[in-house]
Amino acid sequence: MADSANSARGDLKLTRITKSYGDFTAVDDLSLTIPEGSFFALLGPSGCGKTTTLRMIAGLEEPTVGSIHLGSTDITTTKPYQRPINTVFQNYALFPHLTIFENIAFGLRRRGLKDIDEAVNKVLNLVELPHLAQRKPTQLSGGQQQRIALARAIVNRPALLLLDEPLGALDLKLRRQMQIELKWIQKEVGLTFVHVTHDQEEAMTMADTIAVMNEGKIEQMGSPADLYDNPETAFVANFLGQSNLIKGSLVGTDGDSLVADLFGQKISLPRNRSHAVDSSIFAGIRPEKFRISLLQTPTSGNILSGGKIEDVSYIGVSTQYQVMMPWGQELMVFEQNDDGVAPFQIGDPVNISWEPVFTFALRGDEDAEAGTEVMPEDLDEE
Amino acid sequence: MKKISTPYLLLLPGFAFLFTFFILPIMNLAQTSTQTRIENGDTGQYEQTLRFANYFDAFIENREQFTRSFVYALIATLLALLISYPLAYALAFKAGKFKNILLVLVIAPFFTSFLLRTVAWKQILGEEGFVVPSLRTIGIISESTTLTSTSFAVIMGMTYNFLPFMTLPLYASIDRIDPRTLEASGDLYANGFTTFRRVTLPLSMPGVVAGTLLTFIPAAGDYVNAQILGSPNTKMIGNVIESRYFRVVDYPTAAALSFTLMAAILILVTLYIRKAGTEELV
Repeated sequence: MADSANSARGDLKLTRITKSYGDFTAVDDLSLTIPEGSFFALLGPSGCGKTTTLRMIAGLEEPTVGSIHLGSTDITTTKPYQRPINTVFQNYALFPHLTIFENIAFGLRRRGLKDIDEAVNKVLNLVELPHLAQRKPTQLSGGQQQRIALARAIVNRPALLLLDEPLGALDLKLRRQMQIELKWIQKEVGLTFVHVTHDQEEAMTMADTIAVMNEGKIEQMGSPADLYDNPETAFVANFLGQSNLIKGSLVGTDGDSLVADLFGQKISLPRNRSHAVDSSIFAGIRPEKFRISLLQTPTSGNILSGGKIEDVSYIGVSTQYQVMMPWGQELMVFEQNDDGVAPFQIGDPVNISWEPVFTFALRGDEDAEAGTEVMPEDLDEE
Repeated sequence: MKKISTPYLLLLPGFAFLFTFFILPIMNLAQTSTQTRIENGDTGQYEQTLRFANYFDAFIENREQFTRSFVYALIATLLALLISYPLAYALAFKAGKFKNILLVLVIAPFFTSFLLRTVAWKQILGEEGFVVPSLRTIGIISESTTLTSTSFAVIMGMTYNFLPFMTLPLYASIDRIDPRTLEASGDLYANGFTTFRRVTLPLSMPGVVAGTLLTFIPAAGDYVNAQILGSPNTKMIGNVIESRYFRVVDYPTAAALSFTLMAAILILVTLYIRKAGTEELV
């Protein structure tokens, strides 16, 4: 079975992929290149088309339109068993009738490889479970099954490893631990990982590059820091962490900065962080970038004055404030509890300030709520 | 008084039923099987003489029918398995919204009597049915060949009559397979046939074992199909027991044959389950 598709290596390239089920378009004219050796995440809410995209890469679905290339080989219609691609399935899909050893050896045996014992034992050591080789999958805990599913895939040294919400069934603590391990294993084995998740924190912890998907399209693609600091759409701004989006308009320029008017107060922002198409904008600031000060305290940078503390929640490392602004919008502010200063009280009149460099601007005609109504934590599996 | 725990009380009705309608008759049957005819007595008058040679005599006399029963039952079971497996697979994985309707159709034959359906088969396979003329036209059977009163008709009747007993356990077992394990198999370089052999079939083994047992056991003891669709040359052990009991009124032989049949089935089933090794399956 050592045909050309099976030995293909290189970047994965999706070209203008569309997948429709009747009237429903799951993936809509999507193009994407995943560089060889990277840890790539497809991030989005349930139903955004990320799993469908993954299944098309695996060969479990065929695109309605478009092509998929691995290196220079067209694999659009290649059968799953002929692709050098392996998947870690959402609920692991281990073979319940086979031992852990035979589960891991499955792919190697199908390809008629030699030295199966050695390869299996090596990967069992990598996932630190060599003592479970003769057990059956049902005798393992969720975390152990997860590692075996990973071992069963990477033992084949595929050109591409697909992970479909691999940590979704684990509890929070184990999930954090596995995130770090997965990242380490990816570096260790040097394979290309494509990871599908609805958990933005998971994507940001592990991936080099994240593509944020929404309604079958890619909203934005970039490094975690890029996406967080410089989101291009309201959906990205809200889906990755939290954002304060304030309606305003661009009124001028000042060197490399733009000047914006937010309800009569002037602020400045870097030109390269503006994604507005005309003067109407939403100015975006992350809650932890804000500083709160009492009215008489002098501050620098961008300042919005006339706020009033509406609500205070002390959560240990930080305190979260809701600040009511004169134009009737509540802004969210996270202050680190690192300065020994007593928190502000409800009803305190305050100014809020921040460094201009932390401001981004979105198109003024966007839905400021996009991406907020689908909080990742509320999502069920599929 | 010591308190009797609830689980035992709950077992009581079932046990009472089994005792009255299974254990007592079986003991009665065992007792009958070693009786001999009362000398100068009327027809059907027997006395207990503990003649265990009844078993030997009955078996030697009916070796041919015993063999035929097991051969017919085996062929019918294999045919039912070959027909049911694709059907159960399609029901579990491909039927979609028609699943429930198709399941009802599988058990629909039970709405009419077993006897009636077997008589219907006699008509289907008879000279006036459409099967024989059709097969003659395309030359599969010669002008003089008939299908009724043949072992073919008996085996077909048994296959048909016991088909749902094969299909339902198979369906239950295949339906429990996580389709993602089949996808995982394809993902791990197994083509369709290898996936079937290495994943689908092993995972459906509990259904295969249950279905073959539920088909083979009643088929081996069946006499209705052989009586309606067969001839004297296709007599099975069930027919012998039936005629010994109701026509010849030879109760001891009928009882001895019944016990021999039970023992033979029990031994075969034990060997089969050992071989199939169901306890290792999930």
